[in-house]
Amino acid sequence: MVDLMTDAGSEDSFLVPELTGLGAPPMANGELLFEQPWQSRAFGMARALCEAGVFTWDDFRQLLIVNIQRWEQDSGTQTYAYYDIFLQTLTLLLVKKGLCPQAELDNRQHQLAERPHGHDH
Amino acid sequence: MSEPHDHHETPPQAIRAEALESLLMEKGLLAAGAVDAVIARYAERVGPMNGARVVARAWCDVDFRRRLLLDGTAAISEFDLEGGQVEKLVVVANSAKVHNVVVCTLCSCYPWAVLGLPPTWYKDPAYRSRVVREPRSVLREMGLDLQDDVQIRVWDSSAEVRYMVLPEQPLDTFGMAEADLAERVSRDAMIGVAR
Repeated sequence: MVDLMTDAGSEDSFLVPELTGLGAPPMANGELLFEQPWQSRAFGMARALCEAGVFTWDDFRQLLIVNIQRWEQDSGTQTYAYYDIFLQTLTLLLVKKGLCPQAELDNRQHQLAERPHGHDH
Repeated sequence: MSEPHDHHETPPQAIRAEALESLLMEKGLLAAGAVDAVIARYAERVGPMNGARVVARAWCDVDFRRRLLLDGTAAISEFDLEGGQVEKLVVVANSAKVHNVVVCTLCSCYPWAVLGLPPTWYKDPAYRSRVVREPRSVLREMGLDLQDDVQIRVWDSSAEVRYMVLPEQPLDTFGMAEADLAERVSRDAMIGVAR
């Protein structure tokens, strides 16, 4: 039987720093709370990029904290949506680092949104 | 983003995330399967880690072990676990001669606070019905071959009472620090389908 607790590499320390402190994602019962599949994709992307050395978790977290604070100042009565801010932050960081040009991303998003879904309009 | 004639209810963030992921893969910044691997790892590790901490303390601290077996709910309140669990947690200890395994025959009652989300097979009708009737065979199929003289006790969880197994401490871990011990406790051992 695969030992699930020991196969994750040494980077994930016992305290799981990326899941605690300021800017930490929503959790319940020690479990990450994803309300929609894209939220887990966004979280998975950020962690995978971090593990691949594209950026450090601290870089990402600092920017996330700033964006959350900005949202808190500007939001009015909108419902807090952690992963909306998370995805914006991830995109912003990659654009800023020149790794993913904004125009290219917008184009791809537009293409994907235009996909036919089997409806005849 | 969504056009009036669009029957599809994909939220714009989902398309944004998909667009980003596809571009990052094309650019070689994300390896194929890397995102899936991260998600799977967090699903497996982060939840059950609470239970692993509880088990590790029971291995290190005889008094805590006694409290845990006497009243699981009270004992785990010594940990700062999120999400107040109102139901009763009963912890059952394995020994050389007794092996415990947990099931929920009716649905998928599971001690969330200590073990996170239940694995898929825990909710599977085959596991739920068969582990009660033929636990030794089911455990063997899951990779745990118990000797014939080991008694198997099957505990049926419910909305009122949830069970967690306290595995035996592996001999090669005696003397290790509590935090290191927690890393050695698997989710499956706390359900009782592994040692």
